[in-house]
Amino acid sequence: MARIGVFICWCGENISRHVDVEKLAEQCAHLPGVRCCLTYKYMCSEPGQNLIREKIREERLNGMVVASCSPHMHLKTFRKAAEAEGLNPYLVEMANIREHCSWVHHDVKAATAKAADLIRMAVAKVRRNHALSPIRVPLTKRALVIGGGVAGIQAALDIADAGHEVVLVEREPSIGGKMAGLSETFPTLDCSQCILTPRMVEVGQHPNIRLYTYSDVEAVEGYVGNFSVTIRKRARYVDISKCTGCGACWNACPNKKTPSEFDFGMGKRSAIYVPFPQAVPARPVIDANACTMLTKGKCGLCAKKCAAGAINFKDQDELITEKVGAIVVATGYKLWDIGKEQENAKLAGYGEYGYGTYKDVINSLQFERLVSASGPTGGELRRPSDGAVPKTVVFISCVGSRDNAKGMSYCSKICCMYNAKHTMLYKHKVHDGQAHVFYMDIRAGGKNYDEFVRRAIEQDGAQYHRGRVSKITEENGKLIVRGVDTLAGEPVTIEADLVVLATAMRPADGVETLAQKLNVGYDEYGFLSESHPKLRPVETNAAGVFVCGACQGPKDIPESVAQASAAAGKVQVMFSREEITREPEIASIDERMCAACFTCVRACPYNAIERAEIRDRAGRLIKRTARVNPGLCMGCGTCVAVCPSKSAELEGFTEQQVYAMVESLG
Amino acid sequence: MSNESTNTPKHDAIEQMARELARDCYQCGKCSAGCPVGERMDVVPNRLIRLIQLGHMAKAAAAGAIWECVSCQTCTARCPQNVDCAAIMDALREFSVLRGTASPEQNRTVIFQRAFLDNIRRYGRLNEVELIGRFKTKAFLNDLSIPMLFKDALLGPQMIRRGKFHLRGEKVRDRDVVTRIFEKCNQ
Amino acid sequence: MNIGYYPGCALHGSSNDYEQSVRACLGALGVNLCELDDWICCGATAAHSLNHKLAVALPARSLAIAERDGYDDLLAPCPMCSAQLIKARTALARDRALREEIAATVELPLEGRTEVLNLIQIFQRIGLERLKSRATRSLNEFKPACYYGCLLVRPPQALRFDDCEHPTSMETLLSELGAAPVEWNFKTECCGAGLTMCNERTVLDLSHKIISNAAAHGANCIVVACPMCHVNLDMKQADIERHYGIRHAMKVYYLSDLVGMALGLHENELGVNRHFVSTP
Ligand SMILES: Cc1cc2nc3c(=O)[nH]c(=O)nc-3n(C[C@H](O)[C@H](O)[C@H](O)COP(=O)(O)OP(=O)(O)OC[C@H]3O[C@@H](n4cnc5c(N)ncnc54)[C@H](O)[C@@H]3O)c2cc1C
Ligand code: SF4
Ligand code: SF4
Ligand code: SF4
Ligand code: SF4
Ligand code: SF4
Repeated sequence: MARIGVFICWCGENISRHVDVEKLAEQCAHLPGVRCCLTYKYMCSEPGQNLIREKIREERLNGMVVASCSPHMHLKTFRKAAEAEGLNPYLVEMANIREHCSWVHHDVKAATAKAADLIRMAVAKVRRNHALSPIRVPLTKRALVIGGGVAGIQAALDIADAGHEVVLVEREPSIGGKMAGLSETFPTLDCSQCILTPRMVEVGQHPNIRLYTYSDVEAVEGYVGNFSVTIRKRARYVDISKCTGCGACWNACPNKKTPSEFDFGMGKRSAIYVPFPQAVPARPVIDANACTMLTKGKCGLCAKKCAAGAINFKDQDELITEKVGAIVVATGYKLWDIGKEQENAKLAGYGEYGYGTYKDVINSLQFERLVSASGPTGGELRRPSDGAVPKTVVFISCVGSRDNAKGMSYCSKICCMYNAKHTMLYKHKVHDGQAHVFYMDIRAGGKNYDEFVRRAIEQDGAQYHRGRVSKITEENGKLIVRGVDTLAGEPVTIEADLVVLATAMRPADGVETLAQKLNVGYDEYGFLSESHPKLRPVETNAAGVFVCGACQGPKDIPESVAQASAAAGKVQVMFSREEITREPEIASIDERMCAACFTCVRACPYNAIERAEIRDRAGRLIKRTARVNPGLCMGCGTCVAVCPSKSAELEGFTEQQVYAMVESLG
Repeated sequence: MSNESTNTPKHDAIEQMARELARDCYQCGKCSAGCPVGERMDVVPNRLIRLIQLGHMAKAAAAGAIWECVSCQTCTARCPQNVDCAAIMDALREFSVLRGTASPEQNRTVIFQRAFLDNIRRYGRLNEVELIGRFKTKAFLNDLSIPMLFKDALLGPQMIRRGKFHLRGEKVRDRDVVTRIFEKCNQ
Repeated sequence: MNIGYYPGCALHGSSNDYEQSVRACLGALGVNLCELDDWICCGATAAHSLNHKLAVALPARSLAIAERDGYDDLLAPCPMCSAQLIKARTALARDRALREEIAATVELPLEGRTEVLNLIQIFQRIGLERLKSRATRSLNEFKPACYYGCLLVRPPQALRFDDCEHPTSMETLLSELGAAPVEWNFKTECCGAGLTMCNERTVLDLSHKIISNAAAHGANCIVVACPMCHVNLDMKQADIERHYGIRHAMKVYYLSDLVGMALGLHENELGVNRHFVSTP
């Protein structure tokens, strides 16, 4: 016999303001099977939970409904409370009378009636619930980290230091990401390479880290705790086990005209190259498009010079499979290239700024390279067109950010800070130069951040103009910048020698494809979605996959690192157990009924259904059937909806339960 | 600032339209930065828009700037918030003319444009000779500027020599419908 | 090829040299211009400045006539007209209530079907290959600064023609015909347009900057596709020179002048002899 408790939460005033909770309780007390019905101000609080536990005990409840907020919020809380009193957690249901009711309906009478309906349905359902127990699956205690920027490095080191093996996949020839190319970093102006390169070396030497550079994640199979990852190691044409990194090859290479990716085109590199001297691994790769040996069969100089015999022009891509239990995505960002063709009409580009047309209009990462001691000019600021030292430099904020008409609507968050940094670095290099910044707002929230911006203005004399720039033209070697100072209410025209555009931060290229392989969501801009913006900031909706760094949203280094450590912490929590438990509310297929049409196999978004055969003892085929892999099924119910023979059923949401809910409304 | 209570329903409608158009402006100033006549304006476009957002339509419409605007659409083309700034300038002019707040110098533009529309209302097409004649007389009566009256007088013979003047302008056949269109649009 | 033709007041008034040029040039290409019956003025700046309803209704009347008479395309060589027509068409297409109201106002049914083309688009329709095959003379002595001004490209949201910051369609066309267009900065800056009469100082200032920039970049002429630009840059050039104490003598051609010359037409057939700078 059903002995059900109904617990109605006020949620402070959130629910009680529009739902008459007391009246509701009276009504619900009389529902079939209901043993008791109570209300409380905060059901999720400790006294609230104690109340529930007391009732479970006193009334020997064998089912309960909490009418409160969304199950996303507190289903776990209440199931735990029930479990503590010995009630199977899967006999707990929630009726969402907040998001689905009090927050959207403000007529008390109607809202109360709807809340009653929601509770009635939940009661009807819980009467048909079964006790379930979580599914246990084995766990591989190795992690994959995708992306070797500062975030990926931090995550990999934390996990490896905790004693777990890490596979780190980086698509460039070296790890380091953008930070490796920055000059000095706000808000302390410490040298970026000096703080990053020791950590890169640590990664290269760590016994627990297996590093794949110049590699991509090709495919991901399996499920939380048991992923099988295929990695494509692209042909490098250099055997890094033989190579000593002596440099004879790249010095010998006659093809030295390729724009350097690491310098964002501000410098050149040879066809065989290490992206920068402190690269990890400090071993070269051959750019197959630039090497004349590989394109035309002529040259081979590097191979002749290589004493170690490391060069192999016949090198091929290699596919490697790695088994891991958790994945951390740290693929970072790129600056929006506003000059080139855009991928869609909405991103019409910024013809008015002449990026790509005027050589001395560059973006901020290019500027970083021009002032970096390791940059193409050896840290001496010289403009690209004629190598002159620019005496007037204009920095433009929010280019492509906060632009609903043809850019990104979000704020890129860090450019205000690095613009201030750039004016300082500039002043430190060119003492008689003048830096101008056009800005809309100065966003400098963070420890010592606003002080830093004020320093740029007060001590280093940066001239800040509040307003956007409308157009840049070139006239006799000068860039004519037409802006405005809205505080003065006047247009401002500046004749500049160099213009630096703080273009929008966007997710790295190819992140959408990767996200699809991992079943991770992303927003309209391609930033990966965390599972809850406040409470689960590094988890994703794909179990066992975590995110950190700028792939999740614009971030500076401190935040990227903090988030990376958080993701590593989550992985360690996972690895602290011997096996993984999963929710038992998954699909199953009645193999006797299954018509083997395999509609479900094709429909399942998680590839969780396989084709199976039932054989008798003698090995003769009796029938074919679909079968759910409990490790993969996410309980979405798609198979239940599509199965023509009605053989698929979702545990916890059986057809019986759903019909009972519908009927309870009649 | 002129008295808001003198507003007629028509003013209100235009003000309503202007506020609607101005709603999304976040005051970045790109409109003022790119405006070819920004340097000449007493109140630059983003500030006019701000005044509208604050409900000071009459104050904005009293600015000389709205008569400097050449309707080049640069502001609209580049606005990151898709605000049709050029249309706001139009609305301000329409509002100002309805209230008669333009100064004599600004009035030259109003007089010209009024004469232009009047010309179209009567003929359906522009009669340049008549337009110029009317504009010159009215503008003279407005500011009594003799140099202005004879300005461009030198161009006249030049144009006639080049066959650019049609002393008898064109008229459309169905002039009644044009008159009716004007009547309906003036309501 | 038959095509609907909306000359607009300027081309039937003091800019009739432009009409002469367009007719001669397109005639040589076998394009038959069918002038829209009883078209009315688009209202120009005056309408959109003083009466936002008229700014839609006036062009809408002509659009409705074009539709009634079955024109799919309508050439409006004056960008003020074409912009007003297109803006009206876009507004009407977006808003059904407005469409009904305006149809009642202009006393003709109206769907907004007819497409409005500017002069450059007509040449694009004809096709570069065909133009080249008809050309009898190279334009190699011309180093034009192609000047688009405002209303050919702005507002881009409504006009959707070329790149509104760095348009290149005239350059593409003319270089195919042998000319060597220069790169310069004032392609889309405003010349002062309709304020010629009432705010002369602005016009002189803006137009002066345009001509100077073209000269500084090595242009030996300016090419326009707009009657107002022509007035400000050509007719007013003497005033500009006087006002700024500088001699430009920069010839200003209509696009159809140069194309016409490439097709072998004589300058006088195209009305170039009626320009101010070319024939002082
Ligand atoms: C001009 C400029 C100046 C800055 N200055 C400062 C500063 O002074 N102080 C500060 O705190 N922050 C600064 N930043 C911000 C800083 O660069 C970022 O916060 C930081 O680099 C983010 O690190 P990340 O690891 O998330 O991303 P990234 O540095 O972008 O690293 C991502 C890595 O992942 C790799 N990758 C991408 N996709 C894949 C894939 N599919 N498979 C494998 N690998 C992949 C990339 O190759 C890269 O190595 C600045 C940013 C800019 C643009
Ligand atoms: S020459 Fe050979 S050993 Fe030296 S860096 Fe090149 S590949 Fe490595
Ligand atoms: S073979 Fe290729 S990489 Fe080697 S030296 Fe020649 S061009 Fe350079
Ligand atoms: S951080 Fe500053 S510069 Fe960057 S988008 Fe935000 S407001 Fe603009
Ligand atoms: S450009 Fe647009 S958003 Fe910026 S101030 Fe002007 S109208 Fe406002
Ligand atoms: S339309 Fe008027 S306000 Fe806008 S940029 Fe042009 S002149 Fe300035």
